[in-house]
Amino acid sequence: MEATSSELSAPESGLKSKIGRLFSRVPIIGWLFGALVAVILEQIVGMPLALALGLPKIPVLFGFVTVLKKPMLVPSTMLFVLLIYFLPIVIIARLSLEPANRLAEKLINFSMEGSVLIHLVLLYAILHIWAEVSDYRLLILKFTLIAIMVTVSLNVINGYMGEFSCSHPGFMALGAYTASVFTVSLFVNDSLFGQALLPSFLGPFLFPLGLILGGCVASLGALLVAIPSFKTRGDYLAIISLAFLFIVKSLIENLEFVGGPRGLSSQPDWANLPIVFAWTVACIWIINNFVRSTLGKALNAVRDEETAANAMTVNTRRTKMVAFMFAAFWAGVAGGLFAHVLRYVNPTTFGIQKLAEVLAMVYFGGLNSVYGSIVGAVSLSILGEALRPLELFKWIVIPLLLILVMIFRPTGLIAFKEFNVKKLIRPKQSPGKEV
Amino acid sequence: MSLLQVEKMTHYFGGLRAVHNYDIHIEPGQIRGLIGPNGAGKTTIFNLITGIHQPTEGVVSLEGKNLVGLQPYQIASAGLGRTFQNLLLWRHMSVLDHVIMAQYSRMTYGLVGAFFGTAKRKRQETEAEEKAYRLLELVGISGLANQNVLNLPYGDQRRVEMARALAMEPKILFLDEPTAGMNPEELLQMMEIIRQVHKEFGLAILLIEHRLKLVMELCEEIQTLVFGEVIAEGTPEEIQNNPKVIDAYLGKEAID
Repeated sequence: MEATSSELSAPESGLKSKIGRLFSRVPIIGWLFGALVAVILEQIVGMPLALALGLPKIPVLFGFVTVLKKPMLVPSTMLFVLLIYFLPIVIIARLSLEPANRLAEKLINFSMEGSVLIHLVLLYAILHIWAEVSDYRLLILKFTLIAIMVTVSLNVINGYMGEFSCSHPGFMALGAYTASVFTVSLFVNDSLFGQALLPSFLGPFLFPLGLILGGCVASLGALLVAIPSFKTRGDYLAIISLAFLFIVKSLIENLEFVGGPRGLSSQPDWANLPIVFAWTVACIWIINNFVRSTLGKALNAVRDEETAANAMTVNTRRTKMVAFMFAAFWAGVAGGLFAHVLRYVNPTTFGIQKLAEVLAMVYFGGLNSVYGSIVGAVSLSILGEALRPLELFKWIVIPLLLILVMIFRPTGLIAFKEFNVKKLIRPKQSPGKEV
Repeated sequence: MSLLQVEKMTHYFGGLRAVHNYDIHIEPGQIRGLIGPNGAGKTTIFNLITGIHQPTEGVVSLEGKNLVGLQPYQIASAGLGRTFQNLLLWRHMSVLDHVIMAQYSRMTYGLVGAFFGTAKRKRQETEAEEKAYRLLELVGISGLANQNVLNLPYGDQRRVEMARALAMEPKILFLDEPTAGMNPEELLQMMEIIRQVHKEFGLAILLIEHRLKLVMELCEEIQTLVFGEVIAEGTPEEIQNNPKVIDAYLGKEAID
């Protein structure tokens, strides 16, 4: 990505453009190879190298955390990141330029779906190996993937549809509690629900069902919000959805059979990395399919000029309700996963702070863009972890950053960009052609 | 039976009577004109028939099917296409997407198709795209298909509206001042487009215009509307020589 941007500014700096030209032709698969080598390298020589550089352990998040915690270690951390990540990735990407392009070409000619699958497997392998280094990494990774799901689905409402919804954490809560009640009551001997009703070996197979159930309950909640709010346009949805968020929260706080304010625990450990990754991919794939179809683009039409949309045969009210429930479904699924990653939920988790976090991710990443939401979710998740040592001040730095983005890019970093998978994975040059 | 029948349509905005006892019968393939000074209620009539406002009284039917009380999208799907006087375009969408979007009601692949990208969806989307290109060709802006609609000059934006309305495959087309803000050259081009559309699709057209030249040349019959009431109806020649029309447009002295 940086390569292309530096290519654009080519006339200004010779060196920069040279580097740009070197790397703009690397296809995605080349970068993935580079990253794969880097994470494997870290597995093998990471620990000795870290010790040799005077670091207590492998920097967990590319040294982002170290920067604030122990400033003295910054130089050696940077050296570590340079040696383990930056150099291998860059070198491999450059070296594999020709074969990677040829491979990308072959794959895409062979079968589009197969090529996507191979890219995903590579990506998964990278994440898996990267996360093996520490449990902390694994947790961050799972939460980031869940954040991506929530952000992309909220973008459907706030970006693609142009309404302002505040109830996404509420939908997450509904999904989290539904899925938790499903798994805990059926498969766990628990004090709240008593004996397990089904043998536990069935659990992992029925877990997706629990998540979908959670999504459906969230959708029903969305229907309750949608019926009154989509009669007209304007700020009604923002107000009603905010009210809904609080209703859900206090409802759960007062429901003793799910533990009330104490929360609900002992969810089985089924939300492992492959499951979370698969759900995230499914979520992005389906949402991206939707927003690129004419049915999904009808949302843009409704947002930009509702009267015209209606006069051009678009059933605007139905379009809005369907999209709202659809987005809520994914928030519900994400909530279910969240509950099973943490293996504990309480109502406070899904409050106004969660809302601020998710909204920040959507608006930081960019409206009307699946791309942007992924970028927003990943960058703010990492930033949130990196700024953790600042404790409360974290909530000063992140909003400040958001304000800056709003000033310089009012619609977010990567707004109104279509997420075209085919474009992403295609070779960046035809093989054999020299530049 | 006429294609479009409107009888005794009356509408009040609060206490203001915007349209009073309006009648029109349009036969298939007819081009009819509706003229009148600003504020006469021409656009209100369009909005009443297309369902944006509900008439206080009266009957509106298309091919014998009652339209009163239906939502705009239902009326549009029934075969009534329109353009807007003040260009209601979707500002973040490309020209091509505009024309594809107007075929929304013919996308029958449903949510399953939208979510999972089925073969049916691919087929229908491709068909829609091909048709969109044909229509853009017809109105003469196929070269601008992938431009954002806001990048287009005003005249071309009007063409987008035209192509968009045609993409719905209407039986009758309502054109609300299709040449507003156009220069004389663009005006001639638009006239040519309207003629061609009429010939090619055999559409019935109801035209609101301020430029009498256009109305006089295109329309078989013209109604003149003043303060929500039809004061004169007839062929272009009859209208041109009707003292009431001249009075309404030019004032009393012009007759004397």
